[in-house]
Amino acid sequence: MFGFSRPQLIAFLAMVALLAICPFVLYPVFLMRVLCTALFACAFNLMIGYVGLLSFGHAAFFGMGSYVAAWTMKFWHVDAAIAIILGGLTGGVFGLALGYLAIRRSGIYFAMITLALSQMVYFFCLEAPFTGGEDGIQQVPRGTLFGFISLENDMTMYWLVAGVFIAGFLTIHRIIHSPFGQVLKGIRENEPRATSLGYRTDDYKLIAFVLSCTIAGVAGGTKALVFGIATLTDVHNSTSGEVVLTTLLGGLGTVFGPVMGAVVVTSMENYLAQFGAWVTVTQGAIFVVCVLAFRRGIVGEIGNFLKLKL
Amino acid sequence: MQAFLSYSFSLFGTPITVSALLGQGTLGLINGSFYACLSLGLAVIFGMLNIINFAHGALFMMGAFASWMLLNYAGIGYFPALLLAPLLVGAFGMLLEKTIISRLYKLDHLYGLLLTFGLALVIQGLFRNYYGSSGLPYRIPAVLQGATNLGFMYMPNYRGWVVLAAAIVCFVTWVTIEKTSLGATLRAATENAPLVQAFGVNVPRLITLTYGGGVALAAFAGVLAAPIYSVNPNMGDNFINTVFAVVVIGGMGSIMGSIVTGFGLGVVEGLTKVVYPQASATVVFVVMVIVLLTRPRGLFGKAA
Repeated sequence: MFGFSRPQLIAFLAMVALLAICPFVLYPVFLMRVLCTALFACAFNLMIGYVGLLSFGHAAFFGMGSYVAAWTMKFWHVDAAIAIILGGLTGGVFGLALGYLAIRRSGIYFAMITLALSQMVYFFCLEAPFTGGEDGIQQVPRGTLFGFISLENDMTMYWLVAGVFIAGFLTIHRIIHSPFGQVLKGIRENEPRATSLGYRTDDYKLIAFVLSCTIAGVAGGTKALVFGIATLTDVHNSTSGEVVLTTLLGGLGTVFGPVMGAVVVTSMENYLAQFGAWVTVTQGAIFVVCVLAFRRGIVGEIGNFLKLKL
Repeated sequence: MQAFLSYSFSLFGTPITVSALLGQGTLGLINGSFYACLSLGLAVIFGMLNIINFAHGALFMMGAFASWMLLNYAGIGYFPALLLAPLLVGAFGMLLEKTIISRLYKLDHLYGLLLTFGLALVIQGLFRNYYGSSGLPYRIPAVLQGATNLGFMYMPNYRGWVVLAAAIVCFVTWVTIEKTSLGATLRAATENAPLVQAFGVNVPRLITLTYGGGVALAAFAGVLAAPIYSVNPNMGDNFINTVFAVVVIGGMGSIMGSIVTGFGLGVVEGLTKVVYPQASATVVFVVMVIVLLTRPRGLFGKAA
C-alpha cells in the first residue's frame, strides 16, 4: 500500500515496535524530541534525497510552524490537532513563497538562496511583535486533543507525537513512491531530459518543496506543544545546519536514514550538552568525517553491506 | 553648498536631509568594503575550485583573531598584522585545501559545501571554547584615531581607512586576475584545467594558491574589522549570510562584478538606515528577492 519492499516493511514494523516499547524504558520527553527531529529530517530528506536540492534554510519552516502552533494554542486555546495542522499550513505557505523564489536556481545557489531567505525570516521573527522577540512564546499549554484527551501527561503526549511521526513518515514514503515521486527522481537524475519529456520541472520542484515545508511545519508545531515553548532558536540557521547534519549522518536519500540520524544526533546533544561549545566542534567533525569517508550515512552503509535498499 | 546639504524632503513620512543621505551612504561603504572583500574571495575560490566556501565566515573571524593574537602574544601592531594575519590564515587555508578539501573535486559540489560548513563549525567551536563568546577589544592604531570633517559629516579616520584599504586590495586582486600572465593562467585553468595542465602548468598547486588567496582576502577583511567590531568567534556569522545574498545578487561570474555589488549593497544598506531604519538588516535580502524575480542569474552572472 505504501510501496514498501519486504526488507523496508520489516524495518518499518521493527521501528513501530520500538516506538511502542521505548517509552516504558526511556524518558518519554527525550523520545518526543527525537521524533520531532526525525520528522523534520524526513521532510528535509524529501528535498535533498529525492529532488537533489539542498535547502539550507529549513529552520524557517520548522520555526514558523512552531511559532504559529504555540501562539494559537496559547492565545486562541485551539485544539492540539488544530494547532499542529495550523503549524503545518504555515510551513506550507512560507514554503510556497520562499520556494517560488528559490527554485529559480539550483545546486549551490539554491542552498545560498534558502539560507539567505531563512535569515530574512529570522530577522522578521526577531522584530515581529507576536513572536515575543528574544523571549519567544513561553508557557504554552499542551491543551487537549479532540476536545477530551488531556495531553498534560507525558505518556499521552508521547502517543500523539508518535502518531504524528508515523503519519508524516508514511506520507513522505507515499509521495516518494507515487508517479509524482518517480518524476521527482527523474528530475534529480537528469533535469533537461525530464523537461524534454514534457514535464514542467519547476512546478514539480515547487510542489515537492511545499510538501517538505508543510511536514517541517508539522514537526515544528508538534515540538512547540511538547516543550511548551517556541523561540528564535527554532528559526535560527543553527537549526537548519542541524537538520542537514542529521540527514547526512543517517544517510541522504534513504528511507530510514533521517530517523537513525535523529536518534544519534539528539542523543549526542543530550550527553554533550554539559561540554558547551564542544557540541559544535563534534557536529562539525561529524560533517567532515561523513563527507570524507562515509557519504552514504549510517543507514546507507548498512543497506550497502546487506545489499538492501533501506 | 550648505543650502544643498540641509535641503530636506519627506519620504514615507520620514524627513530626510541630503546630508543624512550622504553621511549614511558613506558609512555604508564600510560594510560594503567587507562585503566586497568577502564576496570577491568566494568568487575567486568558486571560479577555480567549484566549491562554495562555507568556511569563509570562520576564516574571516580567524583573520581578526590572528591580529589580536599577534598584538597580545607577540606584541606585533596593527600595520604589520595587516600583512601577517592574511598570510598566516592563508597558509592555514592552503593546508586545509591540501589535506582535506582537495579530496572532493570529483564529487558533487554539494559535498564541498557540506564539508566547508563542517570545518566552519569546528573552527568556531574551538575558538568559542578558548576565548568565549563575549568578544575581545582591539584598539584602533594611534595614527588612525580621530575624525575628519567631510563637509556633510565627521568621518572617523579609521573607517575611512577601511574603505580605502579594501578598495586598494580589491583593485589589486582585479588587476592580478585580469591583467597579469599569472591571472591569465588562472582564468585558463578555470575554463579548462586538463588542457592547461597539458601545457605543463601545475594546476593542483594553482588551485591551492587560489584557495589560499581567497582565504587571505577574508582574513584581510577580518583584520580591518577587528577594531570596529569586537573580536569574537561569532563575528563571521553575521556577515557571511549577507555575503551569500550579495553573491547571489552579483552572480559569481565576474571579479569586478563581485567588487561593485559588494560596495554597492553596502551603500544601499546605509541609505536604507535613513529612510526606514528597521529594514536596514534585511534590505540586502529584499534586493536579492527582486534580482531573483527579474534576473535569476544575478547581475553579473553568466548562463548556468
